[in-house]
Amino acid sequence: MSMTGQAMTRREWLLSERPASRMQARLGRAYVTWRRFSANRLAMVGLFIIVALLVVAALADVLATHSPYIGDLKNARLLPPSADHWFGTDDLGRDIYTRIVHGSRLTLFVVVLVAIIAAPVGLAVGTVAGYAGGWVDAVLMRVTDIFLAFPKLVLALAFVAALGPGIENAVLAIAITSWPPYARIARAETLTVRNSDFIKAVELMGASPFRIVLRHIMPLCLSSLIVRVTLDMAGIILTAAGLGFLGLGAQPPLPEWGAMIASGRRFILDQWWVAGAPGFAILVVSLGFNLLGDGLRDALDPRSGDQ
Amino acid sequence: MSVVETEGGRARGSDRALAIAGGIGRFLLIAVSTYLGLLAVTFFIGRVIPIDPVLAVLGDRAPESVVERTRREMGLDLPLIEQFWIYLKAAVNGDFGTSVLTTNPVMADIRRVFPATIELASVGTLIGTILGIPLGVLAAVKRGSLVDQLVRVVGLIGYSVPIFWLALLALVLFYAKLQWVAFPGRIDIVYQYTFTPITGFYLIDAALQGQWDVFWDVFRHIILPGALLGYFSLAYISRMTRSFMLNELSQEYIVAARAKGLSETRIIWGHALRNAAVPMVTVIALSYAGLLEGSVLTETVFSWPGIGLYITDSLQNADMNAVLGGTIVIGSVFIAINLFSDLLYRVLDPRTKTR
Amino acid sequence: MSGGNLLEVEDLRVTFPTRTGKIEAVRGVSFALGRERLGIVGESGSGKSQTGRAIMGLTPPQAEVSAQKLAFDGRDLLSLPARERRALRGGRVAMILQDPKYSLDPVMTIGRQIVETLRTHEKVSKAEARERALDMLAAVQIRDPKRVFDLHPHEVSGGMGQRAMIAMMLIANPELMIADEPTSALDVTVQLDVLAILDRLVAERGMGLIFISHDLRLVSSFCDRVVVMYAGKVVEQLKASELSQAQHPYTRGLLDCMPKIGADRHPLPVLQRQAEWAL
Repeated sequence: MSMTGQAMTRREWLLSERPASRMQARLGRAYVTWRRFSANRLAMVGLFIIVALLVVAALADVLATHSPYIGDLKNARLLPPSADHWFGTDDLGRDIYTRIVHGSRLTLFVVVLVAIIAAPVGLAVGTVAGYAGGWVDAVLMRVTDIFLAFPKLVLALAFVAALGPGIENAVLAIAITSWPPYARIARAETLTVRNSDFIKAVELMGASPFRIVLRHIMPLCLSSLIVRVTLDMAGIILTAAGLGFLGLGAQPPLPEWGAMIASGRRFILDQWWVAGAPGFAILVVSLGFNLLGDGLRDALDPRSGDQ
Repeated sequence: MSVVETEGGRARGSDRALAIAGGIGRFLLIAVSTYLGLLAVTFFIGRVIPIDPVLAVLGDRAPESVVERTRREMGLDLPLIEQFWIYLKAAVNGDFGTSVLTTNPVMADIRRVFPATIELASVGTLIGTILGIPLGVLAAVKRGSLVDQLVRVVGLIGYSVPIFWLALLALVLFYAKLQWVAFPGRIDIVYQYTFTPITGFYLIDAALQGQWDVFWDVFRHIILPGALLGYFSLAYISRMTRSFMLNELSQEYIVAARAKGLSETRIIWGHALRNAAVPMVTVIALSYAGLLEGSVLTETVFSWPGIGLYITDSLQNADMNAVLGGTIVIGSVFIAINLFSDLLYRVLDPRTKTR
Repeated sequence: MSGGNLLEVEDLRVTFPTRTGKIEAVRGVSFALGRERLGIVGESGSGKSQTGRAIMGLTPPQAEVSAQKLAFDGRDLLSLPARERRALRGGRVAMILQDPKYSLDPVMTIGRQIVETLRTHEKVSKAEARERALDMLAAVQIRDPKRVFDLHPHEVSGGMGQRAMIAMMLIANPELMIADEPTSALDVTVQLDVLAILDRLVAERGMGLIFISHDLRLVSSFCDRVVVMYAGKVVEQLKASELSQAQHPYTRGLLDCMPKIGADRHPLPVLQRQAEWAL
């Protein structure tokens, strides 16, 4: 890095054809990806929405104007939007804006947890199947295909019905139904690198299959996996909200957006905002993930430029 | 709706030649193993996860003597693998036990409610296909134009909006405010007793019997949930049509067709779309499967007496037999449509027909 | 050269807009063509294919075509209404593409594709169209026209596919044929068969032919005149018989690349490219 000299701007350093260190190469690649990503206006909107979601979740206590759980039953039931209650109040006199702000934490909780459970499972199944080949591959992929052929929401429904309602069980049920596509992607990526020379070289050096899969194959699957997980986030949010709507996800009084729509359903004809606002929040956030995912895919894999 | 995931099933084209050579045998193997997998998962859900499956089946209101008898009847004293075998045999015979809520055999209940779901999903797919394909074609032909942007927005919102929420809003607007459509349900109570369905598909039944007032009433009931499902189908179909058409329009045979002096209309609809139609059939089949699943939430909002409402009603009453029976039926239809669309693809593409 | 000039091209330019600015694929090409065979030779990217497509009016929509003069049979092609331009395509001016594997519609039978051309340009009954398509298939020396008529493109070999392509493009009796690398995708053994068929039909019908190829030897043995293109420009025009007297170093370079029986090939000549030729 000392070779780069003062004359070089930071941009030139990042775009250097001959990176002097691994660090520089990595940063350079990240910079190029970022430039491609940030040129996409819709992707930037998506990124903005997701960043906003993170900020709102982190600062929920500061941003909230009322208590998310305790409402003014006597004076503030089902009030329309006003200066005091920006999105109105629900049937228990609670401020809807406050509940949506706090609900962002639950949404994040669900998507992050599902991703943390499902992505590694899919990654492990896919890379092992792809690297091992033979009957291991055949069996694992058959199982994957079987899960892929199931209707996701209905299966998640049945799982939660057996496990009992609750947000943790909803997360588990969604995770169980969402790993198969990740396994397919990881396997496809593994097959493309499995016979390459650098894997052969590592094998010759005596690395164990476990080490090869963990240290050399899995990292290469990550970028396509991240894109896919991001694109799936919207679906996860919608499934979680659907479970909440059916009373199987987060239980009252938790301010989960799907459950909020369900409780506002009774008043939909006269007090539309009770169910309207949380639904709009779901729409905006899943739109954000869809836009972000599309943008990431285009930036990381320019070949698929037009889907 | 998981239709997007399953599109990968078609892309596994590398083993297509093999599949044709292996023919029916491989096809059956996939069908049977997937179905077995479905039963294994539902068995797991119904018998292994609950701490007390008897409680899960009967609910906590059943008297002690019934609980004991049911425990023996369900064979819960047997080893798990034997239990699974019994479960398999029953399920293959269409025996999913009895519903606590309706006290009927679950299969009989499902037979009664399933036509309503099929009718709704069919209307949805019809709307989605009729509107989605031309929209997708136009978006591809006039790339970057207003239509293209519209298809993009329609698709993005379709992928992002909670269906039950949109259904509620639509109900407020079209039923409560504009009064264009009928109250939730399938048919007006006035006709409930004068109208005898034959096939279970009310639109067809009413038309066959020439009861046009009933037909109009049924239409006013089905149009809103149908249009809503149709929207989701449209979002998917138009997006896929666009991408298939863009792919076809960049092929050399399109240049050749232009060199022949054909009109743009003929090139687009006669050549490009005919080629895109082959994978489109798969997409439409998958969208149909997706709507069957999407019906669970839609039917709840519209009080549509189909399998979705049956499952959610049973859920509220902890009626596990009914929930699992419904899951198996939807799952089986889902699997069947998946396989069927795969098969159809092979039949439709002339490149795979010979040899 | 009978019947005057069929095609006149003067200062033809084709420009593609890209993110980094405009790229001129064809930069001021001029030539004239009677009822003769003109070869256009150049390496890939020299603009020879885009020249052919510009004459056909098949330039991609984002590209711009301009010319001092681009006239077919005395009619200015660039100012012609789209409908009339389309009527010319396939009717009076036709084009053969490189690879029948991609240039025939895979889901339509060969017969229907041929009939389609005919019925676009002539009002004939279905039965008559079928008869003429079968005759045309026979004319391109397909032995069993009735069987091939009902086959899909993937069911025939490359050579037969290209003959079907020729039949499809010749059935409306065009006066000018543009053949864009018509044999490059075929096996060497069938290349000559297909060329012979094309040669005979062009001669019989007294058509003009533009033969686009990268193969100078093929072009010189097949055409009356040769246009050599480099980087979007014509660097030399000459009679095929006078090829050995070529002046331009690029043409000489191309000629030197051709192996000669009995000649010493060491060291192998390398094609020289000089920046000033592209100016």
